[in-house]
Amino acid sequence: MSRILIVARNTFREAVRDRVLYNLVFFALLMIACAVLVGQISMDIESVVMVSLGLSAISLIGLLIAIFTGVGMVSKEIDKRTLHAVLAKPLHRWEFLLGKFSGLVLTLTVNTAAMAAGLFLAMLFVKHAIVGSDTVVLVAIYFILLKLSLVVALAMLFSCFTSPLLAILFTGGLYLAGLFLAELRNLQTTQLNPQTQKFLAFLSYLLPNFGNYDVMGAAAHGRSIPASLILHNTLYTILYCAMVLSVAALVFSRKDLK
Amino acid sequence: MKKRIADALFYFRVYVFAPQTAWAIDDAKRISKNETMTAPAIETQNLSKQYPHGFLHLKKKTSLQGLTMQVQSGEVFGFLGPNGAGKSTTIKLLMGIIFPTAGTAQILGKPVSDVSMHRDIGYLPEQPYFYDYLTAAEVLDYFGRFHGFSAAERGERVQKVLKTVALETAGKIQLRKYSKGMLQRVGLAQAILHDPKLVILDEPMSGLDPVGRREVRDIILELKNAGKTILFSTHILSDAETLCDRVGVIAGGKLRGVGAPGSIVGVQATGMEIVFELAESAVNAQQILAKATRSGMNFRISVIEGELYAALGELRAAGAKIISVTQIKPTLEDYFLELVGQDRAQAAAIEVSGK
Repeated sequence: MSRILIVARNTFREAVRDRVLYNLVFFALLMIACAVLVGQISMDIESVVMVSLGLSAISLIGLLIAIFTGVGMVSKEIDKRTLHAVLAKPLHRWEFLLGKFSGLVLTLTVNTAAMAAGLFLAMLFVKHAIVGSDTVVLVAIYFILLKLSLVVALAMLFSCFTSPLLAILFTGGLYLAGLFLAELRNLQTTQLNPQTQKFLAFLSYLLPNFGNYDVMGAAAHGRSIPASLILHNTLYTILYCAMVLSVAALVFSRKDLK
Repeated sequence: MKKRIADALFYFRVYVFAPQTAWAIDDAKRISKNETMTAPAIETQNLSKQYPHGFLHLKKKTSLQGLTMQVQSGEVFGFLGPNGAGKSTTIKLLMGIIFPTAGTAQILGKPVSDVSMHRDIGYLPEQPYFYDYLTAAEVLDYFGRFHGFSAAERGERVQKVLKTVALETAGKIQLRKYSKGMLQRVGLAQAILHDPKLVILDEPMSGLDPVGRREVRDIILELKNAGKTILFSTHILSDAETLCDRVGVIAGGKLRGVGAPGSIVGVQATGMEIVFELAESAVNAQQILAKATRSGMNFRISVIEGELYAALGELRAAGAKIISVTQIKPTLEDYFLELVGQDRAQAAAIEVSGK
């Protein structure tokens, strides 16, 4: 466990020194611009626009970091051969992989927390108060973080056995497919032969369901989110990440490094 | 002395009157001697590596073929071979960076898949590269954490090894600003940070200037004096000749010879070299000088040992002044070049015959 933490700590330090957190400046500027502009539109929807835009920005920026850094974390170490000296230490390859994952999730947590603080400041500026129903925005941010963790796990899996470019494409592709799994399941009701129906059903359960994490509409309109969904999404993320990371560790443990 | 006489009398009695007991004693001594001998530091059995290549990875390229060798504890073993011979492949297999297609390897009595033995191994990768966003001291501190050292101990060890590799003043500079030679020194520092029993160095002299090479040679000698086992690969033969107890020569993925640098090439002299001065106007000068090569004011000729006196007689008759007569012994370089030459000739023959 301690060896995983050593790698995680260094991964976080790498992200900070490689200026990954500089995106926060962009987010801050976006929030300031948004707060100023939103103040000029109708009183009823200013909060809705603010929350929607803020959550979208948090999600998009997080996704870009998760995909690009997630892929780069392992492939860069393989390409630059920094791994050779690291793996010569008493460290299992799976420990290295888990350490990298934990470090990147920690980076995304810090990043997302900072953006969340920025969003709440902007909301305070627009509405002049934070009310109890605004906690739903926090839940939405938590879901974004869960989603980003899963994206990181997938990015790491793909980077273990393919080139960085393909890993980015696969992760991005799988994310987009995962957003529309509900539509894939609904296809079963149309006229399809039984084999295709079974295959689509299998696929809709096998692929990561990113649609579950999207509660932006509810958050923007202050509707409450059921506790069961929070529990479901948390467990789903933990189990899916464990599964993806196990496969990644299996592939990585037998991989010939250059 | 008394003890020796008593031992001799004892063995005489045993051998003459009870030969079976004598064999039993000999066997017991042999077994106990073997048991007390430590296991080889490195042992490989038929270690082989093939890489898939081609568009669909259907073709196989053999990088290492049936490597069986041992590196004994406490020795400095040089792994020699031209570029692409299989040196780095072997070292990467030993360090678990790549996996063998066939065969086994053990380090300090444990299979190479057991990462716990990495506690006792220091490894310098070929052309080492480390996290360039860290300083040398931070990288060493990071690596020290995997060995479970406390913060105080890490600090002490880091300062000590930085001094050993002459980087104590550059320890706080980020590695992205380091030269190739400095990175090589950091690599060496992280390899010896945890005071390992076995040090594996892949091309430790590469990228270093003459001063740096000398310093690395001194470090290797210090490690040897401290009783460490050292395996290093190189194609700088003079380093191998001066540092190694034994060398293994690898070419074309196969081990071609193992032994002490002197014995591997054969101590048999291949001829004699005579250095002399001779006026070009001397009698028979043209005939003698046609066989000689000039270097400065002197000439030199090489003859086989049996013809030495005849050649000296001829030179004396011509009025030459003999400067020196030296035995010509093959060097490691000759041996090395011969092997590489054989490989190239073989490759050319295969190409010509179209096989």
